[in-house]
Amino acid sequence: MSNGILEFEKPLAELEKRIEELKVFSSDKGIDLSGEIATLERKAEDLRREIYGNLTPWQRIMIARHPHRPTTLDYINLIFDDFIELHGDRCFRDDAAIVGGIASLEGRPVTVVGTQKGRDTKENLARNFGMPHPEGYRKALRLMKQAEKFRRPVICFVDVAGAYPGIEAEERGQAVIIANNICEMARLEVPVIVVITGEGGSGGALGIGVGDRIIMLENAYFSVISPEGCAAILWKDASKAREAAEALKLTAQDLMRFGIIDEILAEPGGAAHKDREAMARVIKGAILKHLDHLVGVSRKSLIEQRYRKFRKIGEFIVDQQAGTSEEIRDTISL
Amino acid sequence: MFKDLFRSKQKYVTVKPASVRREIPDGMWSKCTKCGQIIYNKELAGNLKVCHKCGFHFKLSALERVALTVDADSFVEFDSDLLTVNPLGFPGYEEKVKSGKNTTKLNEAILTGQARICGFPVVIGAMDFGFMGASMGSVVGEKVTRAFEFAIKRKLPVVMFCTSGGARMQEGIISLMQMVKTSAAVARFNEAGLLYISVLTNPTTGGVLASFASLADIVLAEPEAQIGFAGPRVIEETVHQKLPPGFQTSEFVLAHGMIDKIVERKNMRKTLGLLLSLHSKVSEVALGE
Ligand SMILES: [Zn+2]
Repeated sequence: MSNGILEFEKPLAELEKRIEELKVFSSDKGIDLSGEIATLERKAEDLRREIYGNLTPWQRIMIARHPHRPTTLDYINLIFDDFIELHGDRCFRDDAAIVGGIASLEGRPVTVVGTQKGRDTKENLARNFGMPHPEGYRKALRLMKQAEKFRRPVICFVDVAGAYPGIEAEERGQAVIIANNICEMARLEVPVIVVITGEGGSGGALGIGVGDRIIMLENAYFSVISPEGCAAILWKDASKAREAAEALKLTAQDLMRFGIIDEILAEPGGAAHKDREAMARVIKGAILKHLDHLVGVSRKSLIEQRYRKFRKIGEFIVDQQAGTSEEIRDTISL
Repeated sequence: MFKDLFRSKQKYVTVKPASVRREIPDGMWSKCTKCGQIIYNKELAGNLKVCHKCGFHFKLSALERVALTVDADSFVEFDSDLLTVNPLGFPGYEEKVKSGKNTTKLNEAILTGQARICGFPVVIGAMDFGFMGASMGSVVGEKVTRAFEFAIKRKLPVVMFCTSGGARMQEGIISLMQMVKTSAAVARFNEAGLLYISVLTNPTTGGVLASFASLADIVLAEPEAQIGFAGPRVIEETVHQKLPPGFQTSEFVLAHGMIDKIVERKNMRKTLGLLLSLHSKVSEVALGE
């Protein structure tokens, strides 16, 4: 895994390596091997399609958590111009697990907020592995309220294992701040687009995850609990995370089916880290497309539409024999 | 003791007296979780299920909670016709729901309705830990949301007695989204200028604490309740250190500024009555515009 190749990717990686070697050999020796190379490349393409076209939920999670997966700052730099990072919650400290600021998207000013994982061990320690404390969520909300004041759309990038479960995080009100962010985002008077790029870890993701559109990369996941946590509770065995990943229905494809997200973005080459520039272009295109639909909407209907978007989520049946709920309401008098 | 509190009219979905009889736990005696005192169950029930020796507050069922809180003959239940399904096809879910129904005599982990407290009309909710740890799935989210929407329509205050292990794992992402749905309903309710009081009882954790439970104008808690976002075991495994004494208790969250006040069970009804009274005068002016 140190070379960034996942177990199920190995056959493909070996084939790609052989093609590379043949190309070098062919040019070094001046021998024409284009026929052989083309055959192998077709084979690699088939293999790629087979591997990435049939990923299990657990394999997708492995890709979503890949150490080379592009981070929020990678995407910000590739998608926007003139990003100016703004720091701090004006209250306690600057939480490096959440980044945010103002940027230009094709000439249009926007506010960008996202969870930020480290790209190496040192950065991960500084960024707490991208797991925010309450002050991080407070910073995010501050920037979103600022966006509201200046009528800028908000773009949120979510890639977070979860809100940090620590002693100080509890002391400073992790639950209260997440509740508050959800509540405020539900009524934010500017368009909000949420892009889940990797891990969508439960409440920690929701703290910056309420929007008019929710877009997911094809190997991202979004779940109420980590598969490991679910397995530990359900089977008292965290190693059964694969089974839990199946049971939780947490892939982008599942979420699309449940009507929770609005679009799935294909990952070029099967995984975002294989071609981050191409991935960024895909994300940018999607953001622009959705913004076009949202910028003209009045504040009132924007908030009304957002309310209805989440209001309809829920699966249950009404027991006809018990009488309808509407009936009950109508007969109540004080 | 709770028999006379619920009226039974045909059209309403009312709480039948038979369903409240269960309030005495099986067996004759209970052991206090905190001090170990063996207490005669009749005596415990007669003392609002509070240990007479150390003051420990035992859990109440939703029906007991409502019965102890509302004026006699004033409660009308909402939405008892909503039934849980298994949207993910999650293994073993139906059995757990069935067992929760049997334990609590409710359709789901929250009882909602309309009632009066000290004469003031309110929309009230009470969660029941006996129904899958009062976890929030679709039906809980829908009942909470409908309760707030009804309160907006009728310009009524809302009182929510919360307890929960968090979002309901078995409904996956759909249960996580109930945090947004309920919080958005509270946000709307706030814009209507109405009063929301939540009471955190033992335990209130996870996704419920991180949504509607924390969003009240006034957040009360019963003494010594466990109140926190992440589970203590998860935190210990993450930070590799022992948790400080009293971590994630009502007293701890009060000291850290997360709640307004700790209220003993024997004073809860009186305190709610007072708060409702103080706000009834303000809201008359505001609503008269
Ligand atoms: Zn005791």
